[in-house]
Amino acid sequence: MERKHTLSVLVENTPGALARIVGLFSGRGFNIDSLCVAETLDPTLSHLTLVTHGDDMIIEQIIKQLRRLIDVYKVVDVTEEGEFVEREMALIKVRAEKETRAEVLRMCDIFRCKVVDVSPRTYTVEVTGPESKIQAVIELLKPIGIKEIVRTGLIAMKREKKTT
Amino acid sequence: MATKMTGAQIIVEALKREGVEIIFGYPGGAVIDIYDELYRTPEIKHVLVRHEQGATHAADGLARSTGKVGVCLVTSGPGATNTVTGIATAYMDSIPLVVLTGQVPTKLIGNDAFQEVDITGITRPCTKHNFLVKRVEDLAWTLKAAFHIARTGRPGPVLVDLPKDVQQAKTEFHWPEEIRLRSYNPVYEPNKRQVEKAYRLLEASTRPVILVGGGVIASGAHEEVRELAELLHIPVTMTLMGLGGFPGTHEYSLGMLGMHGTYYANMAVANSDLIIAVGARFDDRVTGKVDAFAPMAKIVHIDIDPTSIQKNVRVDVPIVGDCKRSLARLLEIIKEVGRPSKLWKEQFKEWWEQIDIWKRRYPLTYKQDGNHIKPQFVIEKLYELTKGEAIVCTEVGQNQMWTAQFYKFDKPRTLLSSGGLGTMGYGFPAAIGAQMANPDKLVLDIAGDGSIQMNIQEMATAMDQRLPIKVIILNNGYLGMVRQWQELFYDRRYSAVQFATIPDFVKLAEAYGAVGFRATKPEEVEPTLKKALETNNLVLVDIHIAPEEGVFPMVPAGRATTEMILV
Repeated sequence: MERKHTLSVLVENTPGALARIVGLFSGRGFNIDSLCVAETLDPTLSHLTLVTHGDDMIIEQIIKQLRRLIDVYKVVDVTEEGEFVEREMALIKVRAEKETRAEVLRMCDIFRCKVVDVSPRTYTVEVTGPESKIQAVIELLKPIGIKEIVRTGLIAMKREKKTT
Repeated sequence: MATKMTGAQIIVEALKREGVEIIFGYPGGAVIDIYDELYRTPEIKHVLVRHEQGATHAADGLARSTGKVGVCLVTSGPGATNTVTGIATAYMDSIPLVVLTGQVPTKLIGNDAFQEVDITGITRPCTKHNFLVKRVEDLAWTLKAAFHIARTGRPGPVLVDLPKDVQQAKTEFHWPEEIRLRSYNPVYEPNKRQVEKAYRLLEASTRPVILVGGGVIASGAHEEVRELAELLHIPVTMTLMGLGGFPGTHEYSLGMLGMHGTYYANMAVANSDLIIAVGARFDDRVTGKVDAFAPMAKIVHIDIDPTSIQKNVRVDVPIVGDCKRSLARLLEIIKEVGRPSKLWKEQFKEWWEQIDIWKRRYPLTYKQDGNHIKPQFVIEKLYELTKGEAIVCTEVGQNQMWTAQFYKFDKPRTLLSSGGLGTMGYGFPAAIGAQMANPDKLVLDIAGDGSIQMNIQEMATAMDQRLPIKVIILNNGYLGMVRQWQELFYDRRYSAVQFATIPDFVKLAEAYGAVGFRATKPEEVEPTLKKALETNNLVLVDIHIAPEEGVFPMVPAGRATTEMILV
């Protein structure tokens, strides 16, 4: 059965490491739905959140193939590790003419979005949340008229236990 | 305080410290400094090839025949790109290589400088790992890491790209005696529980087969395989890469399985209830149609590379670890339990009876026709005359399959063949590497008239080094394997499989100062081969074989391995 998986990957912060990972996916015909990379507290390591999909055997291969790369330090399938927090950010430039300006602001309020840039005919809205929320905002703003969207891709972190 | 050394000096010193005695290469502007250093280093024998692809295959031949890391050195740009086929060949067959490529000075990288190419980018998907060294201070560590990565875990080729200014810069030399990489820790010891599970499956099985792959040879597990088979009376089949991992002449050997495997090996695997796969990766040439592969069998899969497990077939007991150590652990358990060998024999008695029926029904064979030389006959004669003791390289195609079927390999590292990538032109340069590393052994290259021409230029290299390699050309005037497919599956439309011009191989040999022989009739085969084997020089033997002889049995691509076309 095909399923979405969020992988958390720690990789040596060296030139070519990211190319190796991306090349692995294209070379072996695996999918990348989104990819997010940045330095960690330890500047010699980069953290990479990768969203992919496939059946169990494919996901197992993806994880093993990633671990086989010499530069890859650690791979965790966040989806299989129990509860986790996921966040994504999107900047949405939406048409905001006289008659729709108020409507856009109302929507922003409901979804706790921020307006980060204003022009006579547009608002640029910043929305943060799990993928489902981003998707919902996009769907609701679409009829008003979205001019441009930029999304960061997902980042994720395992939740700590609630009891000690 | 350590004295300062140039990058080029560090590179050569690193090779010495890694125990490298022979390297294969071709100079150029971006590696002149290293060549200058080699000029002063008689301890390292440099073999000047005629084409960089030849250097990589020769290094590969040295590696396969000895188990050491093969090394080659080439210049930037075209020198580097010419190594790609050789690197990919080694990668597919898990052969340890260190490939040193020159690069334009760091300041020019990315500028499309003369003879610049992004070789680390190009080889990323076909190396185990690669490095671009940007600072001379990183050089010693990187070279140590390259050798370490190449030879440990599942071995493979590692490329180190060396910009010219790094070769010329100076720094203090510090050689790390040991190296630890936090992101690279191959698992050698198998999980004990998993091995116990494997044992329990053996106890419960009535129709087991041991499947030997190239990993047995890489890890030197051939003794353990033999002990396991003999102790428990289990039949053994081998992949192309596994030939020699178990004696081909052993009464328990079923020979090779797969597309051109024996009838009885494929039948045994298809009807087995337990497969103990050791260092094999269930390539499509082995499994045929995956859904129909060994439908009743539980599979125990031992491999050092977890990605090989559960990639192509579902595995019941995965064992991640070194083949040798994993089998040793299994043997310990068998001895601890101490079930008498007789009981095991009894347990598999009916299974052997069935296998013997298959063996009698369709033995590995061919038909003599009296007029033409049959290639299988040539291989049989070669086997006889060399007493099975040669190091045999092959090219790719029919010559390779006939060799795999009819030369019985008893020892590991005696068949050198491009299994995974199927690289035509591999065999002859590989023979050069093998002969350089094994001066006292007989080295053969069994070739076709097509593939020998792919790296024929290395004749000159072999002559330079006075290597008495015997090249046996099974000359059918066709690109035979493709022709066979066209005959069987494309209504004999022989498209582009016949060369209008084939050189006179006897004259060609003579042009290089080598010796050429020719055989065109069956009765000439034995005396010609004898003459060739007695000649202390590079020999090309041009044997005109039956032009439309095929390789059988054959499983058509994508079909179940039980659907064999027999002779």
